[in-house]
Amino acid sequence: MIATTPFLIVVVPFALLFGVMSQEAGMDLAQTMGFSILVFAGASQFTAVQLISDQAPALLVILSGLAVNLRMAMYSASLVPWLRGASAGKKVLIAYLLIDQSFALSLQHYERHPRLTLPQRLAYFFGSATLLCLPWSLATWAGATLGRAIPDDIALDFAMPITFLAMIAPMLRTPAHLAACGVAIVLALVFAGLPSGLGLMIAALAGMATGALVETVMERGKATQG
Amino acid sequence: MSPVTSDLSIWIVILALGIGTFLIRWSFLATLGDRDLPPIVIRMLRYTAVAVLPALVAPLVMWPAATGGQPEPARLSAAAVTIAVGVLTKNVILSIVAGATVLFAMLYVLG
Repeated sequence: MIATTPFLIVVVPFALLFGVMSQEAGMDLAQTMGFSILVFAGASQFTAVQLISDQAPALLVILSGLAVNLRMAMYSASLVPWLRGASAGKKVLIAYLLIDQSFALSLQHYERHPRLTLPQRLAYFFGSATLLCLPWSLATWAGATLGRAIPDDIALDFAMPITFLAMIAPMLRTPAHLAACGVAIVLALVFAGLPSGLGLMIAALAGMATGALVETVMERGKATQG
Repeated sequence: MSPVTSDLSIWIVILALGIGTFLIRWSFLATLGDRDLPPIVIRMLRYTAVAVLPALVAPLVMWPAATGGQPEPARLSAAAVTIAVGVLTKNVILSIVAGATVLFAMLYVLG
């Protein structure tokens, strides 16, 4: 439970902000909640609402939102070695609850405690995901209904960047992690002008490949030394 | 193609995004079964978080929508402090607090 605390610090303001923004973009309460409950993926919800208020055509809104979420295919693949024995029904539920924060928390936990049984792993995933999912819906609702009372100038927009950066920094523990992160940042900035989500995919894949490459090279170096 | 204005078209966007996002999340969990991924893929997946999250955040730090896409000292400093405290202390909450403090202090000072 305690482990979800830093994530709640971002989930709650992020969802509040989404509630406020989608009201300003002209959604009604049901549509706002529809986004948070049916899509349940913050970055793509913001992308979609932003594009809708920019008068973008529906197809582009959908494709951009999905592109932002393509990273979750990588999350899905990363969890397979840990959760492969789960029933089909549980996998559906896992898929629905698979967000940045529940993925990051669970993977960290599994790597730290590799001897957990499958039921223990599932309990950890569902426990942390539920603790993140309920506040997400509640805070969206609060933002949509109380939104006008929240002042515009408290820089809520920066809640997500700060929390993500705080999550990433402690992970930069090897040269390979640093290289992956550096390449991803540079390419994300270089390709920022590409249609929404595309630059992110290119930068992320290149960063991941860089990390894997550096790891391989360093392992070879060690092997020849020893 | 016309912009998304009617209630119906907004609901179509919500449903399409919801179903599509679910399928993305479900993809490998559902299909991989007992097979293992190739070692090179597993090796790449180790770097998912440190590649995707910074790539998602970097443009938001450099060109925040709140300032109309102009680089802005308060947000840049807050990001730098968050990373520095995170790398030095490995403490997620402490670095969020440090970053938020710098952000609000700078926004207040810069008016």
